[in-house]
Amino acid sequence: MEATAVSTATESRENYLNINYGWKSWLFTVDHKRIAILYLASITFFFFIGGAYAGAVRLELLTPAGDLVQADTYNRLFTMHGVFMVFLVLIPSIPATLGNFLLPLMIGAKDLAFPRINLLSWYIYMLGAACIVYAALAGGVDTGWTFYPPYSSIYSNSQVLAAGVGIFIAGFSSILTGLNFIVTVHTMRAPGMTWFRMPLFVWATYATSIIQILGTPVIAVTVLALALERLFHIGIFDPKMGGDPVLFQHLFWFYSHPAVYIMILPAMGVISELIANMTRKKIFGYKFVAFSSLAIAIFGFLVWGHHLFTSSQSVYAGIVFSILSYILGVPSAIKTFNWTATLYKGSMSYETPMLYAFGFLGLFVIGGMTGLFLAALGLDIHLHDTYFVVAHFHYIMVGGVLMGYLGGLHYWWPKISGKMYPEFWGRLSALFVFVGFNLTFFPQFLLGYMGMPRRYHAYPDDTLWQVLNVMSTAGASVLGVGYILPMLYFAWSMKYGKTASANPWPASGLEWQAASPPTTFNFDTTPVVTWEAYDFNHVKELKEGNSASPQEQTV
Amino acid sequence: MAESHTIKHHPALKHHFDTMEQQREAGTIGMWVFLLTEIMFFGGLFLAYIIYRAKYPAGFEAASNTLDVYLGGFNTVVLILSSLTMAMSVYCAQTGKQKMLIVYLVLTLILGSVFLGVKAVEYEHKFEHHLFPAVGFYDWTHEPGHDPQLADQARIFLWLYFAMTGLHALHMVVGAGMLLVLIYFAWRGKYSPEYHAPIELGGLYWHFVDIVWIFLFPLLYLLGFHLGGH
Ligand SMILES: [Cu+2]
Repeated sequence: MEATAVSTATESRENYLNINYGWKSWLFTVDHKRIAILYLASITFFFFIGGAYAGAVRLELLTPAGDLVQADTYNRLFTMHGVFMVFLVLIPSIPATLGNFLLPLMIGAKDLAFPRINLLSWYIYMLGAACIVYAALAGGVDTGWTFYPPYSSIYSNSQVLAAGVGIFIAGFSSILTGLNFIVTVHTMRAPGMTWFRMPLFVWATYATSIIQILGTPVIAVTVLALALERLFHIGIFDPKMGGDPVLFQHLFWFYSHPAVYIMILPAMGVISELIANMTRKKIFGYKFVAFSSLAIAIFGFLVWGHHLFTSSQSVYAGIVFSILSYILGVPSAIKTFNWTATLYKGSMSYETPMLYAFGFLGLFVIGGMTGLFLAALGLDIHLHDTYFVVAHFHYIMVGGVLMGYLGGLHYWWPKISGKMYPEFWGRLSALFVFVGFNLTFFPQFLLGYMGMPRRYHAYPDDTLWQVLNVMSTAGASVLGVGYILPMLYFAWSMKYGKTASANPWPASGLEWQAASPPTTFNFDTTPVVTWEAYDFNHVKELKEGNSASPQEQTV
Repeated sequence: MAESHTIKHHPALKHHFDTMEQQREAGTIGMWVFLLTEIMFFGGLFLAYIIYRAKYPAGFEAASNTLDVYLGGFNTVVLILSSLTMAMSVYCAQTGKQKMLIVYLVLTLILGSVFLGVKAVEYEHKFEHHLFPAVGFYDWTHEPGHDPQLADQARIFLWLYFAMTGLHALHMVVGAGMLLVLIYFAWRGKYSPEYHAPIELGGLYWHFVDIVWIFLFPLLYLLGFHLGGH
């Protein structure tokens, strides 16, 4: 009698997913967790569109000649790949999904400070996305995702305007998310949740939000100016009419360099959580990791000129930007060393999230170090606009960000869905992604170093170049499988996965004290925090106090 | 218990906040953060202004002289007055002077509308004289005694003039809409010394838009004034 009561109680326990059904309950939700799911679904959709463009690019490069597509189509393919991936996938990826879902849970709040603005930001995102999809359907854009004038403002016969409007609109979604997060961290923390008790993911998200609110308005006004220039041809970026095209590059990179940190900082936050929790160890140098996020956010605004070493920027400015870029390596290095120190003598377990975290560490170090090559004034003259650059930023933006994103999705999937993903397939996907990624992008370092320029549909008929390009394309297929796998088994687990306990890993952090999946307002009573971040003794006490913990983990 | 519950919870308190204080603080920080993004948004145009001003002083001076400094000055006074009435309405909200609150809000709205009206007249003059940089711009190079470079330079100045004042005017229109909403709720008696956060936030926004104009006026109107005059 009692047993059945208990089991039905766990079966039909009310949570944010089953509280109501139907499309209206999703499209008009103000629950941060449901909005995170809306973002997750839309970002996944655009990710596969962007991936399809990348697939076409890689297919064309299988052979030296342009036999699949010609230059004009190829330009549109790589541009749309970049536009979809940067503005609709990578920028919102972790903040809008994991950040939205976890931020209130991690600080013990019922929701974000402005739930309706949160929903509004998703609609704005979808409106921007609609413009970009229109641009894609109406023929695409051929300027490269950087939209440099005067080509983009005068000569290009492609959908620059529609894509620009889409980026302008989507930017406001990013701004509103950042604004919401900043206010939430300042005002919604539970009693006892001091700044230095916050999980490092919250610190990283907070730092990201600073970049979002300060950087995104600049790209918005820049794209606006570009759109007006294209519409009315006023001459603001046209050298023939006294305008300055390099001004566009300055404004563009003032946002777009920090935008890389909008992508990577949240991933770093995820990795901090994964490493501390999967080693069951207090993170080494908590304050250093926390402040390095802020340092990256602030100093990230001072290095944009390293994209203009070959664009008529003065050599003296170049020297300053080069030095600052090197200095910016320091906070990233601090994080990496602290993560490694945390791994040392930790009681590690090798579930999927940890495998992704290891993958992140390897790829991020390579991506970061090659960034220093490009920040060196002299070497950049050789490497500028070659595949070396392409490989470098993919190591950061795909190897780093997507590894963190996928690792985080696996780690928090029990919390998000209430179900466990299949561990075997999870590990397999991590392996596929890691191997596929390196096979795709490592050859590109070599190609770039040998002088293969980016953005060309054809290359000289050279055996070594073709071998490396074939390797890259083969790797892209493996990578594609690695990305499709999680989508399939996550969907599968929603129905057939093992039911997850509140804290399956077990891990520290308030989000693991809420039910899996949480109720609409996250906590039955507002939690009072009396322990430090990553205090695993406290987790143990919780476990012992809670006899109903169903899943025991070998530690 | 139930009684203390109703006493504690103001009807304007949203479900996810614990106290009115927390809700007010969230609104205030949110508005300040929003204003920061606004500074960065206008900042891009100010940067473009600085760069082209340094590059083309002569063209900027000539183009600045086509602006009506008296209308601009009048508008500056109007906006400063509207900031005063806005500040007064916040004060009235804090002290519970319901009627004066509405009066000051309406005054602010009227002053804002006067500003927009004058701006519209100025824009119309520009169109008439073919000084709108996009469509039908009058090419000065045909006139004798003019530097052919000047037309391009002046066009960039006028582009910045329209972009900056246009964005500013757009913010004024949004502010006027906001005032209408505030007036409606003030008339319904929604605001009290306990709950008047929307008035305060509206005030912050209004003052910000005024301050932007305080920078725009000298940069755009007074630039050529002391050099040549009318
Ligand atoms: Cu950069």
